[in-house]
Amino acid sequence: MTRQQKKLFVLSIAFAAAFAIVPGANAMHIMEGYLPLQFCIAWGVICIPFLVMGFFSIQNKLRENRKNITILAMSGAFIFVISSLKIPSVTGSCSHMTGTGLGAILFGPGAVSILGIIVLVFQAVMLAHGGLTSLGANTFSMAVAGPFLSYGVYMVCKKCKVNRRVSVFLAAALGDVFTYCVTSFQLAVAYPSESGGMLASAGKFLAVFAPTQLPLAMIEGLLTTIIMITLENYAQPELRDVGYLEGK
Amino acid sequence: MKRADKRTITVIMVAVVLIAAIPLFILKGAEFGGSDDAGSQVVESIEKDFEPWFSPVLESMLGRELPGEVESLIFCIQTGIGVGIIAFLLGRFVERKKWEKK
Repeated sequence: MTRQQKKLFVLSIAFAAAFAIVPGANAMHIMEGYLPLQFCIAWGVICIPFLVMGFFSIQNKLRENRKNITILAMSGAFIFVISSLKIPSVTGSCSHMTGTGLGAILFGPGAVSILGIIVLVFQAVMLAHGGLTSLGANTFSMAVAGPFLSYGVYMVCKKCKVNRRVSVFLAAALGDVFTYCVTSFQLAVAYPSESGGMLASAGKFLAVFAPTQLPLAMIEGLLTTIIMITLENYAQPELRDVGYLEGK
Repeated sequence: MKRADKRTITVIMVAVVLIAAIPLFILKGAEFGGSDDAGSQVVESIEKDFEPWFSPVLESMLGRELPGEVESLIFCIQTGIGVGIIAFLLGRFVERKKWEKK
């Protein structure tokens, strides 16, 4: 699928999900022990190349310029903050946002996988939120798939000469929605319903996650835009070093 | 910071607060869920008699589910760590800009 098609696909899911009937629900990640062992291992293994790529990407970025560590730390801290907030949603329940959009736009999707897995381990151990067994699956949905979509959307918008701040908003919001779509898919693959199989399960999970998540995805997009505006005003040298702004 | 940007940020912040707060006021009687595992409820509805095969390390150490208030505390600590890092670095940038202007 080309990036443009991917974007339209995700938008169509979001659109469809907005009209789905919804039992009150909230969730962020797959809970501890809720994913069968073989899937835990499988998703974990799938993540490994991305984590390795991310580690090298961070190493290179820091080798290029030691100062990049400030923006990297801010992106990581941003994930810490955003993923800890429980926000009420229109469906009558609360949920968390991901916060990975910022890092994906500034550093590319690889580096964010490392930042994301740190936050996920923190939450799994300290908060019993998400899990260590489901770490592979959660890392894939939040720290790999979401950021890849965010980065893709941002690049497409850049090519189409969309206003930079609007692209940031779209990238962050759609990345958030995509994370939850992937989580629904992961659960559906593990628990296909007897009537209708995986697709029916995916629909069920999406119906639970997506409507709660859509206003939150918008909030995430808006917050990411705010911090980007702030960085553009005060951290121009750093943004130039990272490659977000032109010039050196 | 540019005056236009300050205004943009204010508008966006108002929008964020509205999106988050309106459901609170409009949906009377909604529970705004205390538990984090709606996904687990759907799994249980699909697969009867489902039992999780592993329990979180903290729960095993405590022997029980994490109490709600303590969970809020740890989430607060997480937010605090993140905000601390962001504010520290941002503060440095703001000061730097002030001195550069001189």
